[in-house]
Amino acid sequence: MSEGAVTLAASTRRRGVGRRVDRAFGILTAASGSLVLLVLAYMVLTTTNTALPVFRAEGISFVTGSEWLPSRGVFGILPFIYGTLVTSAIALVIAVPISVGLSLYLTEVAPAWLRGPVGYAVDLLAAVPSVVYGLWGVFVLLPLFLQPIAEALGSAFGFLPIFAPPASGISYFGAGVVLGIMIIPIISALAREVFRAVPADDRYAAYALGATRWEMIWGAVIPRSRAGLVGAVMLGLGRALGETIAVALLVGSRPSISASVLQPGYSMAAVIANQFQEADAPQIRALVGVGVVLFAITILINMAARLLVWRMVAER
Amino acid sequence: MNRSTRHFSRLLVAATAGALLVGSLALLGCGGDVVPAGGSATTVGGSATTGGLLTASLTGVGATFPEPLYLEWVGEFVTNVEPGVKVNYQGIGSGGGIQQLTQMTVDFGASDAPMSDEEIAAAETASGATVLHIPTVFGAVAVAYSLPDVTDLKLDQETLADVFLGTVTTWDDPAIVALNPGVTLPSAAISVVHRSDSSGTTSIFTGYLTKVSPAWSDTVGAGKDVRWPVGIGGQGNDGVAAVIQQQEGSIGYVELAYATEVGLPTVSLRNQAGSFIAPSLASTSAAGAGVDFPADLRFSLSDSPASEAYPIVGATWILAYDSMADPAKAEALRAFLTWALNEGAPVAEDLGYAPLPDDLRALALAKVDEVGSR
Repeated sequence: MSEGAVTLAASTRRRGVGRRVDRAFGILTAASGSLVLLVLAYMVLTTTNTALPVFRAEGISFVTGSEWLPSRGVFGILPFIYGTLVTSAIALVIAVPISVGLSLYLTEVAPAWLRGPVGYAVDLLAAVPSVVYGLWGVFVLLPLFLQPIAEALGSAFGFLPIFAPPASGISYFGAGVVLGIMIIPIISALAREVFRAVPADDRYAAYALGATRWEMIWGAVIPRSRAGLVGAVMLGLGRALGETIAVALLVGSRPSISASVLQPGYSMAAVIANQFQEADAPQIRALVGVGVVLFAITILINMAARLLVWRMVAER
Repeated sequence: MNRSTRHFSRLLVAATAGALLVGSLALLGCGGDVVPAGGSATTVGGSATTGGLLTASLTGVGATFPEPLYLEWVGEFVTNVEPGVKVNYQGIGSGGGIQQLTQMTVDFGASDAPMSDEEIAAAETASGATVLHIPTVFGAVAVAYSLPDVTDLKLDQETLADVFLGTVTTWDDPAIVALNPGVTLPSAAISVVHRSDSSGTTSIFTGYLTKVSPAWSDTVGAGKDVRWPVGIGGQGNDGVAAVIQQQEGSIGYVELAYATEVGLPTVSLRNQAGSFIAPSLASTSAAGAGVDFPADLRFSLSDSPASEAYPIVGATWILAYDSMADPAKAEALRAFLTWALNEGAPVAEDLGYAPLPDDLRALALAKVDEVGSR
């Protein structure tokens, strides 16, 4: 073909076929995006609809009541909300220092040849299925660590309401520890990326001013990484809030509220998993209602996290 | 780091992980089994040498209290009597059994608590048929515990209630020590275990406590699930047995067969006549002697006045409709239940369940004959 014909053919392609391909691509990606939103909206609508009779019957006492007696038609889910928040808080208290320390070690302190393998091994923790965590927690961790540590805390610090006896490894504490282990790889992976993203210039500037390695970390790396760390912690928290099987096996299945973390309790995801199979229609609606409230709480915490991150970024 | 170093470090990680895995497997093998023993396997099918011309597939759900027994019965019935019949039984709790029977998603239900009047009304309205309560065996609700050096423990009614109310909190409480002279009890805290699901076993246990303890009946009451003052929840009888086994210093209530299978010691309870009786086949049967059974066969056996009777005994029922949709299923269910009531006694006794006394068995067989079809 002559040069002119090639150019004409190419421009025709660009104008006709090319534009159609672009439009088709746009439609396809828009469709994928809207499909996800549609599924989300459908989930929210159908679950809320299913739970509506229970919401109407119980009113606000559904979330403020603390009596859960399905055989008598009494559904108050405050113990589950409390348990979910407490176990997630314990998980964060355990996981955040360990993950941040681990990530700092891997990015700042460890010799170069060690960083790859150790990082890889930590990421492997995230690949373990949660039911395996639960079984390992019950059969290995509980008798070897959780029960002895819980009893030690109870006898040493039992005067504090948070560690009041009777102490049990099957408790908010036990579930919280296993949850903490589960979210370490999530927080650590993101924290590593955040620390790596700190520009080298900032680090050298700190060294040039005579800082030691730790002073450099606290002065140059951490301040730059705060927003990213909050995001990482929130991601870990999201996993902890929704974790079902590991908590169901270790939390104690007791629908009550207790100030002591060494006592058994319940969580929203765990009660759904434990009771759904043999629930009759009113109880199923109540359990779906628990799911709706869990969803709402997760969204609220996510929104709060985003606000926090935006404000931190804006401050800089 | 260049490519070959990266590959080498990955290899090192993989090798270390593999070595750790092999090492821990070896350690587990030496250290013994962490998994509690127990649970009988269902043998379905097998060699068909004896007669039996029925073909049907039955599904039943309900109580975990008689589950070990029903699974054995099903295995023997299908292997030796009617190979063409498949029976699938799942223990999900008495509450679940009653509920699924009402919803007609199963062919029969099983419960350790007879259905209440409201539950019967609901089921009969939903199905248009009459509900039949067919008692199969008596079982004892044993109070199992795990204390390493204590093989014999006695409790009376008030102390048992106090333990589950949370007013007696340590094993060396004066009340327990007084009942067990000569036994060294540790000063450890008592860890109570109860059911987290809706359960007929709970119903029998709390029904007994309501009868013998005014404090219990005022604060907690009876039911398939109650507001437990203290304790950890376990899922099903097997879940409770597993928790007791895992946690030293715990005490909980399970059907006797579960305590025996897992190897948990059981408490000898003081009965109405004043003797401390351990749960066993003999003491379970003694509780059913001389009772006047009502026509609908719904009754309670706890706190029996008989001198040799174990105080926490319950019957367990198969719940069925007198008019099933499928005649083949009705016939198969009748055949299974008749065989179980007539020939199932040895298997039941092996597992610690007491077969029905003759007078009740005759009444139960008459009820089985009422299982028919439209």
